Amino acid sequence: MIRFILLQNRQGKTRLAKYYVPLEDSEKHKVEYEVHRLVVNRDPKFTNFVEFRTHKVIYRRYAGLFFSICVDITDNELAYLECIHLFVEILDHFFSNVCELDLVFNFHKVYLILDEFILAGELQETSKKAIIERMGELEKLD
Amino acid sequence: MDTVEKIVEDFASDIAMSSFSSGTRLRDMIRAIRACKTAAEERAVVRRECAAIRTAISENEPALRHRNMAKLMFIHMLGYPTHFAHMECLKLIAAAGYPEKRVGYLGLMLLLDERQEVLMLVTNSLKQDLNHPNQFIVGLALCALGNICSAEMARDLSPEVERLMRSREVNTKKKAALCSIRIVRKVPDLAENFMALAASLLKEKHHGVLISAIQLCTELCKASKDALEYLRKNCIEGLVRILRDVSNSSYAPEYDVSGIADPFLHIRVLKLMRILGQGDADCSEYMNDILAQVATKTDSNKNAGNAILYECVQTIMGIEATSGLRVLAINILGRFLSNRDNNIRYVALNMLMRAIAVDALAVQRHRTTILECVKDADASIRKRALELVFLLVNDTNVKPLTKELIDYLSIADPDFKGDLTSKICSIVEKFSQEKLWYLDQMFKVLSLAGNHVKDDVCHALIVVLSNASELQGYSVRSLYKALQAYGKQGSLVRVAVWCIGEYGEMLVNNVGMLDGEEKITVTESDAVDAVEIALNRHSADATTGAMCLVALLKLSSRFPSTSERVKQIVARNKENAVLELQQRSIEFSSIIQRHQSIRSSLLERMPVLDEASYLVKRATATQATISANKHAPTVAPGGLKLPNGVAKPTSAPLADLLDLSSDDAPASTTTSTTTPNDFLQDLLGIGGVSTSTAGVPSTASTDILMDLLSIGSSPLQNGTPGQESKPVHAVPEAIDLLGSLSSTTSVSAETKPTRLVSQGMDLLDGLSSSTSVSGLEKTVHPSITAFQSTTLKITFDLKRQPGNPRETTIHATFTNLTSSTYTDFIFQAAVPKFIQLKLDPASGNTVPANGNGSVTQGLSVTNNQQGQVYEDLHPLVPPFYLASIVYLFYWLEFNLLPYDVVYNC
Repeated sequence: MIRFILLQNRQGKTRLAKYYVPLEDSEKHKVEYEVHRLVVNRDPKFTNFVEFRTHKVIYRRYAGLFFSICVDITDNELAYLECIHLFVEILDHFFSNVCELDLVFNFHKVYLILDEFILAGELQETSKKAIIERMGELEKLD
Repeated sequence: MDTVEKIVEDFASDIAMSSFSSGTRLRDMIRAIRACKTAAEERAVVRRECAAIRTAISENEPALRHRNMAKLMFIHMLGYPTHFAHMECLKLIAAAGYPEKRVGYLGLMLLLDERQEVLMLVTNSLKQDLNHPNQFIVGLALCALGNICSAEMARDLSPEVERLMRSREVNTKKKAALCSIRIVRKVPDLAENFMALAASLLKEKHHGVLISAIQLCTELCKASKDALEYLRKNCIEGLVRILRDVSNSSYAPEYDVSGIADPFLHIRVLKLMRILGQGDADCSEYMNDILAQVATKTDSNKNAGNAILYECVQTIMGIEATSGLRVLAINILGRFLSNRDNNIRYVALNMLMRAIAVDALAVQRHRTTILECVKDADASIRKRALELVFLLVNDTNVKPLTKELIDYLSIADPDFKGDLTSKICSIVEKFSQEKLWYLDQMFKVLSLAGNHVKDDVCHALIVVLSNASELQGYSVRSLYKALQAYGKQGSLVRVAVWCIGEYGEMLVNNVGMLDGEEKITVTESDAVDAVEIALNRHSADATTGAMCLVALLKLSSRFPSTSERVKQIVARNKENAVLELQQRSIEFSSIIQRHQSIRSSLLERMPVLDEASYLVKRATATQATISANKHAPTVAPGGLKLPNGVAKPTSAPLADLLDLSSDDAPASTTTSTTTPNDFLQDLLGIGGVSTSTAGVPSTASTDILMDLLSIGSSPLQNGTPGQESKPVHAVPEAIDLLGSLSSTTSVSAETKPTRLVSQGMDLLDGLSSSTSVSGLEKTVHPSITAFQSTTLKITFDLKRQPGNPRETTIHATFTNLTSSTYTDFIFQAAVPKFIQLKLDPASGNTVPANGNGSVTQGLSVTNNQQGQVYEDLHPLVPPFYLASIVYLFYWLEFNLLPYDVVYNC
């Protein structure tokens, strides 16, 4: 099960934070700070997995952005790595060539996409096409 | 005054800005925040915006509500407090239109969580939205429910979610299925309502629905045994079909990931198969073919393919697979391990750890590669590999493996040294067959990483040393040499200084030379020099300093010629800022100066430390720590193994005979009171010798009583840790034996055996409960001494409520140890928030003097946080503080109570 998903830039600014377990605000900030520190200085040749407290973080860097997913210790790391990539592809498709600024100004849409992709800490949809179509329908309603 | 004026000014400008600011769009606000050059500017902008939003909230302006909420979400993401917006979320959710609801639900999920009481108010809106004709609004409500619902909401709204799972709309169906996962996690009792529905969803074609349903099934299996059985019967065929379809399907652009159709679905099916196949031969048999197909046909050039193979291997290892299939799995792991991609190697190591249980020999084949991974640059890989090496060690390969690890220790990353050192130490302790080898390895570790060696490891080493009389000379000389070369390693210094103090004459006279040992010349003053240097270098550390002082004092008696010098060194420390050292120096000076006559007898070598009782004590302490840690693996019986050929505990040593406290605190050592901090105390023989009854009946007080009653090798003694003991069976035998005994022995002895038996039972209970894994229901805990001083003793009898594992009842007994009676006795206790405490009235308020009678009182403790999903992300809270007010106000350390009693299961 996914515990939380973080999108952070190299400076450690959080661009998206979704928690599927309840945490105090102060605890969330601490988690964000720690995860950033864990992933930011790792060599690109290293594994994309780091142990974090009693869980593990699967992260992947796209340009200046780190996508980190914290999952249970027994979960399939490689699958979540693929999952991050799929999410990035969806974002890229939706914003056509996504960049950090898109995510900053349209953060609420990013949350909306994420809610179509993952629910209750589990995968909801694996088809990029289905999610993009659904987003199109939702946009029309706004 | 200036600051006050400034605040007033700021406030005025805030008000002036607010009319302007409330009109800004979200985009403008984000721009304004991004334009800020300093953190102070950003704070000012945010403050202005918040003030404007607050005003808008108080004016109840519905038109701007959803824009304001969006702004607040952004502000929240920057880390500013936004609690004032909670009610706004609810208002937005209650609005009619989709755009308002969308922002409202988003705010609800971001700003609130299941623990806020405001959430109660949203249940009704959620219920209405779940019944809404518009599928998009239903989608919003399901999404919110799935992400933040509490147990109460789960109960209230589960009928709606069940109904929505039957919806014809795909999006609603998959969302409802995932929402049920959350509901089942919160309220496992509801699992049975969902199992038929979940199984029926597996017949769908849509991948989104399938993956959601499969994940729901996985969760149901975890939540309920009935559901597991039901799904085993009803959905295994469906799963095999899904997996076959998806893995045989031709190119499907919608789900294609680097040439593989929907790897995510593959993986989820394989995971569910693992759960269903575990321990069920029929199920396992049924999925054999498809697993073999996936394992052989999947392309391993891309990450997606490897992810599937990895999951497939896990499933093969988890189920009752045929041996052919297992060979296939192990081969895949071998391929993974030699892959150049670090991610793949990492998962291979991870998997091999589990494969060890299935096929240890196959894993041993990869030993060299694994050992290379211990030296990898990547910390994640190193850590995995080290854990794996630890599991791979056995009696035959321990020597080369230890050598490799110790060689690596000298060049290891400083961050990694701690882990590596503790693993090497436990390998060496667990597998050493000869003492000389053990000592040599320990000396190497101390020299290379002495600052990372734990106190209890040093303590164990000293216990072994004190028992190995033929190796003491060799050891003290080796340690002396090491001390010269590696004087900065804290633990090395302590052990070396202790040995020089104890066995100084062996150092100087080359007593007990081993074959091939190099002869060294050390004079008496060299020995003193070594200790003096250590004292000067490590004076900041009180423990090392104190040990140095003791060593010097002992040397002054071993080598009378150095006495004058030692006197001077000790005298220099009389003004030491550390109280402990100062006091010792003054005491020791007076021993040297004024008590010449008793000095040599006072400073004799320490009595041989009892190896068996030390090991038992240590094992108990580790067990206490392990049971405190939910995630720790089961303690292996090896934890109680006596290394170095000690087959049977030696009979109760002198120290135990002198021990006064062991009789009145029979079970006190079953708790974790034996912290490593009493290292020094133990070494100096002060107090800490209450090891006698540590959870195993074969030691001191029991022994003595047994001996008195001359029943020699009683069944109780069979419970020694070295053998496979069945403590529970030993009890009735003991009773029988003592029963028959009482008829033959004199009346005066009769009172003793009965006490003995009850003690034995308690202790055995303690043993069985502390070794059992957390999953087992434990209802009885040993009685423990919660607190003891010279004036007051408190013992606790702990009992778990059978129906309610969260509740523990404590029967407290207070005994007055002074010679005056306590009147107006009140016992008070304080506990952290998540624990509820109920105090029953005490049996009286007068405690008679000299331990003649006692006051008892019942307490019941309920841990509200037990078993909650998020507790492992919380910092551990000390579970239990107790304060008692008698004449004095005593704080009791929480670790005096078995940790798991109130906190864990």
